[in-house]
Amino acid sequence: MRGNMNLVEINHMKKQFGELEVLEDISLAVQKGEVVSIIGPSGSGKSTLLRCATLLEEMDGGDLSYAGEKVVWEENGKMVMAPLAEAKRISRTFGLVFQNFNLFPHYTVLKNVMDAPVCVDKVSKKEARERAMRLLCQLGLEDKAEAYPYQLSGGQQQRVSIARALALKPQVLFFDEPTSALDPELTGEVLKVIKELAKQHMTMIIVTHEMKFAKEVSDRIIFMEGGVIVEEGTPHQLFASENQRVQEFIGKLGN
Amino acid sequence: MPMSTILALLGKGMLVSVEIFFFTLLFSLPLGLLVSFGRMSKNFLVRSLVKIYIAIMRGTPLMLQLLVVYFGPFYVFDMKISPGYRFVAVIIAFSINYAAYFAEIYRSGIESIPVGQYEAAKILGYNRVQTFFKIIFPQVIKRILPPVTNETITLVKDTSLASVIAMAEMFTIAKQISAKETTIMPLMVAGVFYFIFNYIVAFVMEYIEKKFKYFR
Repeated sequence: MRGNMNLVEINHMKKQFGELEVLEDISLAVQKGEVVSIIGPSGSGKSTLLRCATLLEEMDGGDLSYAGEKVVWEENGKMVMAPLAEAKRISRTFGLVFQNFNLFPHYTVLKNVMDAPVCVDKVSKKEARERAMRLLCQLGLEDKAEAYPYQLSGGQQQRVSIARALALKPQVLFFDEPTSALDPELTGEVLKVIKELAKQHMTMIIVTHEMKFAKEVSDRIIFMEGGVIVEEGTPHQLFASENQRVQEFIGKLGN
Repeated sequence: MPMSTILALLGKGMLVSVEIFFFTLLFSLPLGLLVSFGRMSKNFLVRSLVKIYIAIMRGTPLMLQLLVVYFGPFYVFDMKISPGYRFVAVIIAFSINYAAYFAEIYRSGIESIPVGQYEAAKILGYNRVQTFFKIIFPQVIKRILPPVTNETITLVKDTSLASVIAMAEMFTIAKQISAKETTIMPLMVAGVFYFIFNYIVAFVMEYIEKKFKYFR
């Protein structure tokens, strides 16, 4: 499915926490197969953007649609959400990988990955197990299927949580600082997995502080600060940006 | 009174004590969960009413609550109290009292589960019931086992309070025999019984805790 349909479309998204305006006016469209990285200093609103886009947080203005279907929009100054069943269906479009993995500690690795397909998508147990094992093999975790999350390293846990998200066959996968809770040694194995997914043309939106990785993997990089998109472009364009803030930020963290 | 008769009488009372114990757990554990939901309700009225209920249950003596539940129907509704009501009153009073304590234990457990667990479940598409019973509750049980053990052990000893409405449980009978025979021996036997009972309770709870060691 090529073409110009935007898989994710955010128009004029706003978000306030009390007096604090976290997202001022964010518009962002992501096409199928695109890998977009969002970078920027802490408190710039990157994570809030992701949380609003995945409906974990209610946005205060603008609209949001997946594959052309609106989930949240503004009507006469009020936010409206699609009817629950509708919203749930549209939500199947995306998956989210958390910074802290948020695996279910009382489930084995295999059950973490296969439970949602069985319970939510009503996939047969047999099929869900096969799908889960395929994913675990792909992510190099086949020998961990029967382990519990606490028995795994952070990198392994994050790979399981990626497998868990992929098991529901999302069309777009969001990553919220997927390596920020990992030490440098473990960061590599998670980044490798994401790069692998990029090669398979998985649509991904990644909030990250890993500049080198963002440069390598992204089709487009977005630099956010103070709740707005300051600059966006190809990695090449962004790393050659004239904007002083972008230069400073990349200079500090890059290379 | 020969020793064998004393022991037989105490044995009968012991059975009643054990019954009070099991019926109270049977009703107060689920009821406590329900109460904890009310305690955490977004609805102000529900939350406030439940708070008052918990405050009364925890703030007044269980012995008094037993009297109120037992004599209440007579004083308030002028109903005739049938002899069979005594046991029922004991179970009602114990259950609503312990439910209040269990509710707060459940609440502490539920509120200690990281919000990320709810968020992960939401993103994966679990509905609210699935999220609670499949994802949250098993983790809650593991966390609340130690305080539940505490309450359960207290309950074993509290069954003796039923003597205030002359329920013929272990302690009531021990007291009566003691008074009649002017010996402290039956009360000591009762003490040993409570100790052994609690030893078993602690053993069982430890076993259950071990069962939950498979995850962290």
